[in-house]
Amino acid sequence: MKNVVCVCGHENPVGTKICANCGRPLTEEAKSQKVLDMKYDGSAIRSKTYNKSIIDKVWNFFSSVKVGVALIIITLVVSSIGTILKQEAFVEAGNEAGRAAFYEESYGSFGKLYYNLGFSDLYNQIWYLVLVAMLGISIIVASIDRGIPLHKSLKNQRVRRHESFMKRQRVIAEGTVTTGDSSNTIDAVEEKMKKLNYKVRREGKALLAEKGRFSRYGPYINHLGLIIFLVGVLLHKFPGIYVDESMWIREGETRAIPGMDGYFLENKEFIFETHDNDPTTAQIQQGVNAVAKNYQTDIVLYKQADDAVPGQTDQLEVVKEYSIRVNHPLEHDGYALYQMDFRLNELKEMSFQLTNKDTGVSLGEVAIDLRNPKKEYIIDENIKVELMEYYPDFSGFNNEGAPQTLSPNPNNPAFIFNMITPEHPDGEISFVAIQQTVEPTGDNTYKMAFSGIDTVNMSGLTIRMDKTIPILFVGGFIFLLGLAIGSYWNHRRIWIEQFENGRIRLAAHTNKNWFSIKKDLDAITEYAHLPQYIDQLDDEKETENDEDKKEES
Amino acid sequence: MDKKRKRSIIRGVILAVLVIAIGFTVYSSFTKDKVELLTEGDTAPDFELVGLDGKKHRLSDYRGEGVMLNFWGTWCEPCKREMPAMDRQYDVFKDQGVNLLTINIAQSEFEVQNFLNNLGVDFPTVIDKTRDVMTAYNVIDLPASIFIDPNGKVVKIKTGEMKEADIISHMEMIKPE
Repeated sequence: MKNVVCVCGHENPVGTKICANCGRPLTEEAKSQKVLDMKYDGSAIRSKTYNKSIIDKVWNFFSSVKVGVALIIITLVVSSIGTILKQEAFVEAGNEAGRAAFYEESYGSFGKLYYNLGFSDLYNQIWYLVLVAMLGISIIVASIDRGIPLHKSLKNQRVRRHESFMKRQRVIAEGTVTTGDSSNTIDAVEEKMKKLNYKVRREGKALLAEKGRFSRYGPYINHLGLIIFLVGVLLHKFPGIYVDESMWIREGETRAIPGMDGYFLENKEFIFETHDNDPTTAQIQQGVNAVAKNYQTDIVLYKQADDAVPGQTDQLEVVKEYSIRVNHPLEHDGYALYQMDFRLNELKEMSFQLTNKDTGVSLGEVAIDLRNPKKEYIIDENIKVELMEYYPDFSGFNNEGAPQTLSPNPNNPAFIFNMITPEHPDGEISFVAIQQTVEPTGDNTYKMAFSGIDTVNMSGLTIRMDKTIPILFVGGFIFLLGLAIGSYWNHRRIWIEQFENGRIRLAAHTNKNWFSIKKDLDAITEYAHLPQYIDQLDDEKETENDEDKKEES
Repeated sequence: MDKKRKRSIIRGVILAVLVIAIGFTVYSSFTKDKVELLTEGDTAPDFELVGLDGKKHRLSDYRGEGVMLNFWGTWCEPCKREMPAMDRQYDVFKDQGVNLLTINIAQSEFEVQNFLNNLGVDFPTVIDKTRDVMTAYNVIDLPASIFIDPNGKVVKIKTGEMKEADIISHMEMIKPE
């Protein structure tokens, strides 16, 4: 395609609405306008210029504002759908099948569909990431496509513009000076404009005064910030940049810290304190009788030796001891461990009396550590209890009649004991669960009588590390800076030309805030005795009356 | 026209850079989790755990031979179901330089030993008390089996219950030449 050659001889790219050199309207549309559309200063949007190769077509697709708006709407709608049901990360199920079942059981067929379409784990769906990525490309391409031609046309502005450009501006004036000598009018205008902090360029008797041009770059700066922010968010997906893990740790337990390689955490004690107040009326009404004062986990942080491999825990070095409290995380090496949750009184130890069922006499007590049970518990040489089977989370019997455990946690412990007593040196077998005893070999002489429990508390911690925070901060700052530049400043331009016969032609344009540019115009009109300007978008009547008004004043 | 070519090249390069950057991000977010996740072809992270036999078992000691790792727990029914087949195939393949090391997740020695005795299996078993190895191998769902070749490279990662035929074919893959 050929360039458009203006009457003045300047070659403009195809699609240009206003000649970059003289300002003549080039398209039929622009010629028919009373006031020119000054968007992008009439420069050709790049994508509108050519549409030939595949690259151009892809480019034009992303450059389109319609496509951009559509992408924003789709992303918004899809994200909203993602908030209807809870995300998989918050579903307490061990595996994929469990999570799938959860959605169907909890929400019916809608839940199943929701899960199958991937809304239950939206942020990890490939199509969702592609959608966000396309939005990112759209922002970048559209900015390049519009920003660069705009920048070029703003940089290469001519002082002297053609009549057809001047007359098609919204605010114009034409006529002779109202009083005095017109020979130094342009000098007076220049002097006044400089006082008003305009940048003034002159070409003989023509003048261009300009102010706040940088505000035109506001939207592009804004987009740049958005892109930096988006890059920061995408970086979360890379290893070593972002960690958001959680762990449950019991008192007395030492565990590897997920997401924090080579570090181990020991939970010394979990402390839950409440305020020692008498319940208030509101508390009684809500059935709450204590106000929490403190949630605290006393921990020891260990580090493996540098050359250690996972699982090697015989040479742990103490890094620090600390009390993790709400708002007082353990901070180390860029990581922070927060107190998030707790569970009180998980079973730790169960005690039984080896009791004669008839006489009620106990031969001794056995305490079983539910996290680490032993094979046998010896009371004396003739009396001992053998632990034959242990089911920490007893959930019933399977088809073959074998007891089952649902999890490794001692939520509902069950045991099969062999009780060796002087009366029964070969032992008596007894299945013991909470509130349930089965004696498979017939009527036993002895029983394991439940005599007490010991509990531990569990602490829920989250592990966070985010190296993208500075990037997000910079992106956010640039975003706001662009927003401020684009919103609080405006680009004002005033063109003035004086002809041989002393007549003056003036045109003014601003991208926003016409009130202020008119105030500036009022000031120079008064100072340099310029003809009164008119706003072509005001009522027709007013413009006609303008001539009369001038005579009167 | 020179200008046209230049424009096409610039646009092409910009689009290519964007697509590559985004493609890489999307790809890596699916092959990797938030922490570096093991994938087939990676070097298996070395580890050392104490076994039921009281000895230390270190993965790197098996260099030159194939190793199948199997993560499990006593509460996990599919783990239990695949164990007899694993035990049988271990007996077949151990003379051909393929080892089996099962890794229990943080349970007590009593429970682990009792469970294995009841099943009647006798393959080497270690206990990951701190769950450090489980974390290093990014094991979330049980059972999980990792097949490591004589060079220490992960050949196959298999989550969920395996059929005996799968165990055989994967053990074949890690057999030393």
